[in-house]
Amino acid sequence: MASESISLPVPRESSRSVVLDWLFTVDHKKIGLMYIVYALLFLVVMGIEAMFMRIQLSRPDNSFLSAETFNRLFTMHGTTGVFFVAMPILVGFGNYFVPLMIGARDMAFPRLNAFSFWITAFAGFLLYASFLAGGPLRQVGSAPDVGWFAYAPLTATAFSAGHSTDFWTLSILIAGIGSIGGAINMIATVLCLRCPGMTLNRMPLFAWMNLVMGGLILVTISPLTAAQIMLMIDRYLSGHFFDPSAGGSAVLWMHFFWIFGHPEVYVLIIPSFAFISEIIPVFSRKAIFGYPAMVAATTSIGFVSLGVWAHHMYTVGMPSYGNAFFVFTTMLVAVPTGIKIFNWMATIWGGKVRFATPMLFCIGFLFQFLMAGLTGIMLADAPFDWQLGNSYFVVAHFHYVIVGGILFSIFAAFYYWYPKMTGRMLSEKLGKWHFWIFVIGFHLTFDTMHAPGLLGMPRRIYTYPADRGWGAWNLVSTVGAFVQAIGTLIFVFNMIYSYFKGPLAGNDPWDAWTLEWSTTSPPPEYNFAVEPSVRSRRPLWDIKHPQDPDWKYE
Amino acid sequence: MDLHEASNPGHTLSRGRVAMWSLIVAESAIFLIFVAAYIFYLGKSLTGPTPDQVLTVPVISTICLLSSSFTIHWATHALKQGALGMFKLAWLITLALGAIFLAGTAREWRDLIYVKGFTIGTNLAGTTYYSLVGLHASHVGVGLVALTTVMIAAALGKVRQEHAERCEVLALYWHFVDVVWVVVFTVVYGLGR
Amino acid sequence: MNLRNRLKIWPTSFVSRAVLALAFCMLAPLFAASQSHSPLSPTNIFAPDSTPAHSVFRISSFVLEITAAIFVVVFSLLTYAIIKFRERKGENASEPPQVYGSNQMEVAWTILPVIIVVVLFLSTAQVIHRVQDAVAPSGAIQVTVVGHQFWWEYRYPQYNIVVANELHVPVSNLSSSTPTYLNLLSGDVDHSFWVPRLAGKTDLIPNHPNTMWIDPQETGLFLGQCAQFCGAQHAKMLLRVYSQSRADFDRWVQNQQQPAVSDPAGAAGSALFITKTCFACHTIRGTAGVGIVGPDLTHLMSRDTIAAGVLPNTPENLRVWIRNPEAIKAGSKMPVIDMTDDELYQIVAYLMTLR
Repeated sequence: MASESISLPVPRESSRSVVLDWLFTVDHKKIGLMYIVYALLFLVVMGIEAMFMRIQLSRPDNSFLSAETFNRLFTMHGTTGVFFVAMPILVGFGNYFVPLMIGARDMAFPRLNAFSFWITAFAGFLLYASFLAGGPLRQVGSAPDVGWFAYAPLTATAFSAGHSTDFWTLSILIAGIGSIGGAINMIATVLCLRCPGMTLNRMPLFAWMNLVMGGLILVTISPLTAAQIMLMIDRYLSGHFFDPSAGGSAVLWMHFFWIFGHPEVYVLIIPSFAFISEIIPVFSRKAIFGYPAMVAATTSIGFVSLGVWAHHMYTVGMPSYGNAFFVFTTMLVAVPTGIKIFNWMATIWGGKVRFATPMLFCIGFLFQFLMAGLTGIMLADAPFDWQLGNSYFVVAHFHYVIVGGILFSIFAAFYYWYPKMTGRMLSEKLGKWHFWIFVIGFHLTFDTMHAPGLLGMPRRIYTYPADRGWGAWNLVSTVGAFVQAIGTLIFVFNMIYSYFKGPLAGNDPWDAWTLEWSTTSPPPEYNFAVEPSVRSRRPLWDIKHPQDPDWKYE
Repeated sequence: MDLHEASNPGHTLSRGRVAMWSLIVAESAIFLIFVAAYIFYLGKSLTGPTPDQVLTVPVISTICLLSSSFTIHWATHALKQGALGMFKLAWLITLALGAIFLAGTAREWRDLIYVKGFTIGTNLAGTTYYSLVGLHASHVGVGLVALTTVMIAAALGKVRQEHAERCEVLALYWHFVDVVWVVVFTVVYGLGR
Repeated sequence: MNLRNRLKIWPTSFVSRAVLALAFCMLAPLFAASQSHSPLSPTNIFAPDSTPAHSVFRISSFVLEITAAIFVVVFSLLTYAIIKFRERKGENASEPPQVYGSNQMEVAWTILPVIIVVVLFLSTAQVIHRVQDAVAPSGAIQVTVVGHQFWWEYRYPQYNIVVANELHVPVSNLSSSTPTYLNLLSGDVDHSFWVPRLAGKTDLIPNHPNTMWIDPQETGLFLGQCAQFCGAQHAKMLLRVYSQSRADFDRWVQNQQQPAVSDPAGAAGSALFITKTCFACHTIRGTAGVGIVGPDLTHLMSRDTIAAGVLPNTPENLRVWIRNPEAIKAGSKMPVIDMTDDELYQIVAYLMTLR
C-alpha cells in the first residue's frame, strides 16, 4: 500500500534553522544519515592513514615516516575503523531502515537514539583531538601508539607516559556507551514496534540481524568497558589489575579484550550479512532461500562467537587443552557461517540475476567472504597460527573480511538504498567504474598481502630489512591501495553528483518487496500515513502478485 | 504508542521493560568481568593484608539493601492499586534503606583506608575489592538519584496510578542492583575470606 | 570494440578477471611453498628446519589442502550460478519460480562442514599436544630468554654464561638429538620469539613464563624477529639463531665463559667506560661493568651484529650507534651520551678488544 505525503508550499528555511533542526532531531532517518555521513568522513581519514603507512612500507628500510608516527597511525587506523567507521555506518543503516521495514513510525526511543549518536560523534572527535594535544612525547602530538588492542603492560604509565593511551581508553569507553544505547533501542524497536501481522517469523532478515547484533553488543562492549575502567584504575588510582610487578596479569587483559574483540567482529559482520540478505534476493528475483535456517544460523553465530576469543591468544602459553578447546569452537563457528553462504548461493540458483551495481558488490562479497572464511580456518588451527599469528597473514585475513566483506556490502547497501534516502539514483556507469577499479585495487593489495605473512613478516612494524624478501610484495600492496583510493573517490563523486543530477528514483526503483519501498523516496517524516499490515515476509510481492502471494507458501 | 502496541499480534511487551532488561544484560556483563578478575586474583597478592585480615561483613547494610527490594515492590504494588499515600511511604523507605547502605559502605571504606591502611593501590586484593564494591556502590548511587527524582515528583503530586508501569521498570533496575549485591557479597565476604 | 559491447560480454570477463586475481593470490604463495630452501625469504614458514616447525608445516599443509578443496568447489558453484542464471536480454519479464528453501539441503550442508571440522580438530589436537607438551630430554640445552625493549638476553644456566641478541645452539640431527629448550621471560612488556624456520612463535609475557623448544637439523644462521608489538622499536628487535656443530658450539661456550679480555690497547677506553657511565647499564665480566639494563658486552666482538641485529658489527657502526642511538633506533633505551670524538674512538677501540 502506497503511503501518501501531503505537500504544502513551505517557505525556504534559513540555514540557521536547518542546522538546529539536524542538531536536535530525533527522527531516526536523520539520525541514520548523520551516522552514515560521520562514518564516511572517518572512512576517508582512515584511508589516508592507511595510504601513509603503505607508502612507508612500500620498500625496505624506508624513512618516509618515523617509528613513532607509524605506530600512532596504525593504532588510530584500527581504532577509527572499528569504532568510528564500521560501527556507526552499520548502526546508521539499521537506524534508517529497521523502522521502515517493520512498519513503524520511528525507533522505540527517539531521544535515546539522538543521544547515542551525539555521544558516539563526540567520542570520535575526542580520539582525534589527541593528535592536537601536545604531550611530553616525540612527534605528532599525543595520539595513542599502543595498537588498537592496547596490550598491557605497554599501556601502563611506566611504558606509556603522558595521555595518549587515555585518549584511546576514554574515547572508546564513551563510544561504547553510545553503542549500548543504540543496541537497547534496536532490541526494543524490533521486539515491540512491529506492525500488525508482522510476527518475528515474517520480519525481514535485515531486522533479525539487527536484533542479533543488538543482543551481541550488550554482552560484547561491556567487557571492554570493564577492562578499560580497570586500565584507568591502574593508570590513575595505583591499581594493579595488569601490573606484573604486583602479581597482576598481562594475560588477563588479553582475555578481557578478546572476550570483547572477537564477538565485536561478529557485531560488524552480522549487519553486513543483513545487507546481502536483502539485496541478493531482489537482484536474483527470488525469495531468500532458507529463511528459518538463516535466522537460526545468525543466532547461533551470535552465541558461538562468545566462546572463541582465545584463538587470538594461541601463542601466549595457554595449556594445550585450552588451545585445543578454542580450535574446536572457532572452527565450529565456521559452520553456520558457511550455511549462510550456501543459502545465498541457493537464492541465486534458479533466479534471473541482474548485474546492477548493488549486485556486483554482493557478488564480490560472496567470493571474498568465502576466501576470508577459509583463511580464517587456517588461523583457527592453533599450530598453523603459531606461524601465521601476528603476521601479515592475519592483517590480510581481517582486511579481507572487513574490506572485501563488510565494506563491499556497505557499498552494495549504498547503491541499493541511496535512491530511497535521497530520491535519486546513483549513476550506474560511475558505479561500475567504482566497482571494477576498487575490486582490482582490493585484490592487488590484499591478495598479495598474504605472501609476506607466509614469509615471516610480523605486523605493526614500521620498516623491515632488505634481506627478508618482503619488498616486492609490499610494493604491490601499496600500488593497490592507491587504486582503491581512486575507486573510493569515484564513489564519493558519484554520491555528490547524483544528489543533484541523478535521475529521480520514485518509490520502488528496484522492484523490491520490503515495506520501505512502499514509501516515497525519501520517506515522509512520519514514514507511513496508514500503519501497514502484512501477511507474509514480502508484503510488496503479495501486492504485486495477488494471484501468487507468499503467504500461500510460507 | 499504547494503541500501537495493543494492536500488535500477541505483544504485551512494553518498550520500557525490554529496554531495562537489555540494560541489565549489559550491566551484568560488566559486573561479570569484575567478578572474574576478583576471583582470578584471590590469593595472588604479593604483599599486604589479605581480605580476611581487614574486611568485616557488612550485615546491617546488606539487610537494609535487600529489604529495600521488598519495600520497592510494596510501593509499586500500592501505586498500581492507586494507593498513592502508601506508595509514597514505601518509596521513601526504599530510598532511606538504600541511603543507609551507601552510608555503611562509606563508613567501611573510611575505616579500611584511614585506620587499616588498606587502599585500592595496596595490593591485588585492594584493587579488586574497591573496584568491585565501588562499581556496585556507584550503581546504587545512580539508582538513588532516580528514586529521589521520583520521590520529588511524587511529593509534587505528579505521580499517578497510570505511572505504575514506569515505576515498575525502575524497580526492575533496583532489584538488579540488589541481586548484584548478593553476588558481590558472596564473592567478597563468602569466597574471599 | 566500444564500451557498450564490452559491457555486454562482461560476465565472462568478470569471471576471467576473478580467476586471474585469485589464481595469482593462490599460486604465488604456493610457489613460495614449493621452494624448500627458499631463495624467496630466509623466514619462510614453508621451509621448516626443526621438528616443531616440521610438525606445524605438516598440519598446515593438511589444512591448506582441505581449504583449497572447499574453495575450488564453492568458487566453481558460485561462478556457475552467476553465469547460468543471469538475466538474458529479450527474455520475458516474468519472475522465476520462487523456491523458499529445502530442509534436506540445509541438513546436508550442515553435516558435511561439521564432519570436516571434526576431522580438522582431531588432527590438530594431536599436533598441539605433541609440540606443547614435549618434555625436555636430559641432554637438552636450556636457555633462559629474557625479552627487553628492544633486545634479547640469553642466559645459559648450564654453562653460567649470559649473552645478548645472538643465540647459539648445537645442531640436532636424527642420530644425536640435542634440542634447545627456551624458557621465555620478559623484563618489561610483551614480546614474541619468532624464528619461522625453527618453530612457531611463543610470547614472552612478564610474570608469565613460557617454554618452547627448537632442534635445528642443519647448521647455519636462522633469522626472525619480535612478533608482539612492544613499543617504539618493535620493528628492530631482530633474532639471529646460530646452529653450530657440537664442537663449534662447545668452543663458543668456552669462549663466552672467559672473563673479558684485558688488552692494553683498550686501557683508555675501559676507563672511559666507567666515567661515561656505560658500566651502569652494561656488564663486562671481570670489570666494574655490572649493569643489567642493557646487553652483556663481555664478548661483544664474537657477535656479527649490534643493536639487536640491526647493524653489522664494525668499528664504524659501533661509533655511529654509540654517538647517537636515536638516529638508528629512535626510542631505544640507550641514551645519547655526551663525549668528544676522541673519547668515542677510544671507547670503540676498547670494545674492539672484547673478543
